[in-house]
Amino acid sequence: MSDTQASTTASATPARVLPVTDLSLVVLVGASGSGKSTFARRHFRPTEVISSDFCRGLVSDDENDQSATRDAFDVLHYIAGKRLAAGRRTVVDATSVQPDARRQLIDLARQHDVLPIAIVLDVPEEVCAERNAARTDRADMPRRVIQRHIRELRRSLRHLEREGFRKVHVLRGVEDVENATVVTEKRYNDLTHLTGPFDVIGDIHGCSSELESLLGKLGYADGVHPEGRRAVFVGDLVDRGPDSPGVLRRVMSMVASGDALCVPGNHENKYGRYLKGRNVQHSHGLAETIEQMEEESDEFRAEVRTFIDGLVSHYVLDGGRLVVCHAGLPEKYHGRTSGRVRSHALYGDTTGETDEFGLPVRYPWAEDYRGRAAVVYGHTPVPEATWLNNTICLDTGAVFGGKLTALRWPERELVDVPAEQVWYEPAKPLRSEAPGGHDGRPLDLADVHHGRRIVETRYEGHNRVAVREENAAAALEVMSRFAIDPRLLPYLPPTMAPTATSHVDGYLEHPAEAFAQYARDGVARVVCEEKHMGSRAVVLVCRDAETAGKRFGTGGGPTGSLYTRTGRPFFDDATVTEEILGRVRTAVEEAGLWSELDTDWLLLDAELMPWSLKASGLLRSQYAAVGAASGAVFPGALSALESAAARGVDVAELLSRQRERASDAAAFTEAYRRYCWTTDGLDGVRLAPFQILAVQGRSLAALPHDEQLSLLDRLVEHDSTGLLRTTRRLYVDTGDAESVRAGVDWWLEMTGRGGEGMVVKPLGALVRGEDGRLVQPGVKCRGREYLRIIYGPEYTRPDNLARLRGRFLAHKRSLALREYALGLEALARLTEGEPLWRVHEAVFGVLALESEPVDPRL
Amino acid sequence: MFLTIGTTGTPERPATDLGFLLHKHPDNAQAFSTSYGTAHVLYPEADAERCTAALLLEVDAVALVRRGKGKGRGGAPDAALAQYVNDRPYAASSLLAVALSAVFSSAMRGVCAAKPELPAQARPLRVEIPALPARGGPGLVHALFEPLGWRVSAEPVSLDARFPQWGDSRYVSLTLRSETLTVAEALRHLYVLLPVLDDAKHYWVSADEVDKLLRAGAGWLPDHPEQKLITSRFLSRRWSLTRQAMERLELVRLAEADDSEVEDIDNAVEAVEAGEAVEAEAGKPEHETQEKPAPLAEQRRDAVVAALTRAGAARVLDLGCGQGQLVQTLLKNPRFTEIVGVDVSMRALTIASRRLKLDRMGERQASRVRLLQGSLAYTDTRLKGYDAAVLSEVIEHLDLPRLPALEYAVFGSARPRTVLVTTPNVEYNVRWESLPAGHVRHGDHRFEWTRREFRAWAASIAERLGYDVEFVPVGPEDPEVGPPTQMAVFEMHASGAQNKNTRPENAGNGNAGNENAGNVPEKNEKNKKNEKSEKSEKSEKNEKEAKAA
Repeated sequence: MSDTQASTTASATPARVLPVTDLSLVVLVGASGSGKSTFARRHFRPTEVISSDFCRGLVSDDENDQSATRDAFDVLHYIAGKRLAAGRRTVVDATSVQPDARRQLIDLARQHDVLPIAIVLDVPEEVCAERNAARTDRADMPRRVIQRHIRELRRSLRHLEREGFRKVHVLRGVEDVENATVVTEKRYNDLTHLTGPFDVIGDIHGCSSELESLLGKLGYADGVHPEGRRAVFVGDLVDRGPDSPGVLRRVMSMVASGDALCVPGNHENKYGRYLKGRNVQHSHGLAETIEQMEEESDEFRAEVRTFIDGLVSHYVLDGGRLVVCHAGLPEKYHGRTSGRVRSHALYGDTTGETDEFGLPVRYPWAEDYRGRAAVVYGHTPVPEATWLNNTICLDTGAVFGGKLTALRWPERELVDVPAEQVWYEPAKPLRSEAPGGHDGRPLDLADVHHGRRIVETRYEGHNRVAVREENAAAALEVMSRFAIDPRLLPYLPPTMAPTATSHVDGYLEHPAEAFAQYARDGVARVVCEEKHMGSRAVVLVCRDAETAGKRFGTGGGPTGSLYTRTGRPFFDDATVTEEILGRVRTAVEEAGLWSELDTDWLLLDAELMPWSLKASGLLRSQYAAVGAASGAVFPGALSALESAAARGVDVAELLSRQRERASDAAAFTEAYRRYCWTTDGLDGVRLAPFQILAVQGRSLAALPHDEQLSLLDRLVEHDSTGLLRTTRRLYVDTGDAESVRAGVDWWLEMTGRGGEGMVVKPLGALVRGEDGRLVQPGVKCRGREYLRIIYGPEYTRPDNLARLRGRFLAHKRSLALREYALGLEALARLTEGEPLWRVHEAVFGVLALESEPVDPRL
Repeated sequence: MFLTIGTTGTPERPATDLGFLLHKHPDNAQAFSTSYGTAHVLYPEADAERCTAALLLEVDAVALVRRGKGKGRGGAPDAALAQYVNDRPYAASSLLAVALSAVFSSAMRGVCAAKPELPAQARPLRVEIPALPARGGPGLVHALFEPLGWRVSAEPVSLDARFPQWGDSRYVSLTLRSETLTVAEALRHLYVLLPVLDDAKHYWVSADEVDKLLRAGAGWLPDHPEQKLITSRFLSRRWSLTRQAMERLELVRLAEADDSEVEDIDNAVEAVEAGEAVEAEAGKPEHETQEKPAPLAEQRRDAVVAALTRAGAARVLDLGCGQGQLVQTLLKNPRFTEIVGVDVSMRALTIASRRLKLDRMGERQASRVRLLQGSLAYTDTRLKGYDAAVLSEVIEHLDLPRLPALEYAVFGSARPRTVLVTTPNVEYNVRWESLPAGHVRHGDHRFEWTRREFRAWAASIAERLGYDVEFVPVGPEDPEVGPPTQMAVFEMHASGAQNKNTRPENAGNGNAGNENAGNVPEKNEKNKKNEKSEKSEKSEKNEKEAKAA
């Protein structure tokens, strides 16, 4: 048990060296006048030392006011607690000669999982009395006080270790105190100076052959990596499997040669206790290990015993960025040293309940984990290793016929080899239950709304997307009151940034900027897609209600969903939704896409038209209202001005200005009218799909847009109902001036006829820049007339345009990328079969981000 | 925005006297700068017979935006949300009223140094306002102006001639005529009634607004039949153009993202209760029109308190607490030692906190009450372990497909011993005289149930999740259609406390069914049956009585 380091050093040699752990609570024990403050000043940083006298002064203005002692110690414990929680060594300078005073400090150390260390200054009474007499503030301290202190100290000496101090240094006499030096020791678990690279290897359980294959695949030759990589084993080397001795031999030799680190698993721990002759049950595969080890020599068994005995519960590696342990560890235990830290590292936390298989229900500590360090662990077999809140479980059940998995660090790549056979029947089926018992459990509020929240994605630059509390609060209201069933809401589309502001005369947005921007991003070829004049719609269409039930867990009924950017249903009437889904389904069927894409559902990103279908409230109350008011006011105003002018009143300038405003207002009215047409039932309703987001088992977010569009063209072709509409497009080479000019002309022609504009996207869809970060998945170039309904009727007036060109795009761009990363993450989680709450977490994040403050006109 | 005031005259009393009355010379165009743009006064006609003054306010939309704008994060013009495209540059609003009082201040006071006899003389007047926003429609325009001696013509302006099915806009083209009023009176009427009809102000109403109203309303407002409405609207704190910078705008942005009106989404708080109590008292509540609000809501709270008392509950959850009326009632009763109000709307919680005066409450009282944002679509560990939960007029605000999640969150996860659920009895709706047939009582009600539907739902929950249920009528029970509100009282089975792994069939994707359904002790089962048969007898009796009636 190397986490405990009890040693008593009591000999009286002249130059005493006192080892003191870097994170510990050091308690100085000595009578008044024994020189504690001087000692502390000499050996520790001033901020490390808290003295009871100082605290007495803080609360009472008098360092010797004994009536303030109680409050003073409250303050002392409070400060010490804060320091220890922050991981800072703390030295308590108080007499601490009474067991009760020390017990409080030991409790404090335990509470923060640090080592309590005692340094005793045993100085003769005369010396203490002399020193006190020399100090004006203590000159009148009665001799009997010092006598009592020394009496109590002597009585305590023998008990200090039993009280719980893990190191006790006793300095006898003035000389001993004077000559002593303090050296700071690192904790055994602190390997922050090792930066790897590492290969962290999951639970092996005696699968020696698989271990050898995995080491080979990782590039190790006979336990040594040519590039100096180091293996880190998360424990559970033994039990259940066919060759625990072989695994031990390999791991022990790698650890001995410095090619590997190893933390103990609960199985080694139990086997270690067996080897020490303790009475343990031979269950959970221990019997196999015992039997296999019977074949080995006594010497080897002794080596194993020493090896297991020397294992450190967990390691903090790579500058604190990586923590490896067997069963996971919450952040407050990282680098700490206590019995409960070791216990959590070995066994994890349990809720106290047992499940239907009689196994303890594990507390989902990883769901609560919000720490900066990545925690890599094993212990709970899962079918796939997946990141959760910056933690990952590498136990992929090799011994149960799963696979043996390793994580390359810092690359964060997973490497695995399949089990050669089922070596041991699992007590319960291998399920995605860990981390954290989420076998399709209903959504919990903590999944989405928990102070400031971090959603992890696999996309460089956006690995950790933060969701602010106030944004989550708004999203919670919309999600709860208006959105459709979360199971049928596996994705929300990200917002899209407009192209950089144009300086072309009369234009605020112009495609030339978009092409130039992508050229700068290193995107050679882009697709320009016509921007449909409708509302963004996501369509989930399943082959039938049974498929919807099977894949999305709904109980019969709906065969999919059709929802808006905020997850609201487009139609109040479910039969209308089903009618649209039915038409899409038929087209998918006719086009042969079910079999071609090997799926029984599709998730489509689309535009539903007309805009007036969903936005009619907005149209009427805002846009049409402005049109109506301006239409009503100008005729009268203009004729009044004309009459006044006819009378010779000088209103010429005012009149011409009002005429311009009247014509701007008329243009505004024309602009919004293009987005309105009347529909009757589904007559007049159009759906233009422009991307297949996902199918069973696969996200198609990275499928190039030309392939996407050709699949969708076939879908549209096979729709006989007139519902589906194709998306017009033009491909442009951003480096080719002629191609760029063609793109600009295409846009001018389209918007000149009143079109909304276009979206420019990298052809490759999911594209990363040189730095590995995501490139904007698209930028919009809106038409000059369309922008009237965004920026107001009079935005084209030169002074207004000049002002609008100062618009600020950075936040919108950042928001677009963050939402994009979350959307991709939702698709990835969905198609990898992750539980609902994991998908919902990302979807909810998109909705929450949508409520971030950003200029709504962008 | 634009209006004209005209008069006719005779050689003895020339129309051009209007120039003296308004202190503006008919042959000049004059410009006055105001906080929100430039006001122009000019005369399209001016001779002895006819003289008309026009007031044209060129609104500086940017200035308007910037006035309302706070310092949003990232420099985003948050307050611009609802107004980047708005009608203020065109419609006659409080901006025009303020311009009117600024440009014609002497005229409004009835002062005319040059011809002191003029202001007191009534003359033929004609006021035209081509685009007047009128909340309440032409009817209200008539009701407001006619008692003052105007002949009113208020033509509704259609929203868009291209789409006649959209109907009329909220604007009317107004013409007022009178021979009995003075110019000063006319101006004062307009000054007060334009913003009243628009029902919006571009500035924050402060205390001196009352003085302004008393001054401008002197001589006509006290006797006006619509005095209450005029007063409450003029002094209202409505601000439909911009929202205050400090206000939570997240919901507004989500509405924006969805091309929806803000009111479609940010509607958890009733306008009636958000500070328009005066108007509600005046007999014009906006929502819940049919339920004379105080009595039934009060009866509901009484019924809830009585049921909680019977159940012996001390620690109570008010799930969907809204603005905290029930929490307030429970606080008055010391038997409730811990009251937790939960709502998904932060706006509702803010108002609840204000209503309860949480920040000024004594420590002992404050320790009994907490308000939390939460959602019944999700399980929530904070809600476990309470004696009782109340869902008063909550379930009908959820879409039916999402009810199973609520069922699990409340009955399966939070699992209080007692659960009270109240909801409207749709059968009773025929008794609300002003509720059109087939309409729900409230715009946000996603469904309203008959007694039979409610009972079937409640019985199925009780069955699946280990509760017994009884039904209690709330409000006057009609022999034919029953009470206006129905309440279900759920009590957990004695063995229910261990029944914690129960999951509803439809709440999550997987793990359906009630594993412990068979755990109910036989004796309990019997009691339950007895109770049930008693109950059903009672309800049968009720139904018989109903039929007899």
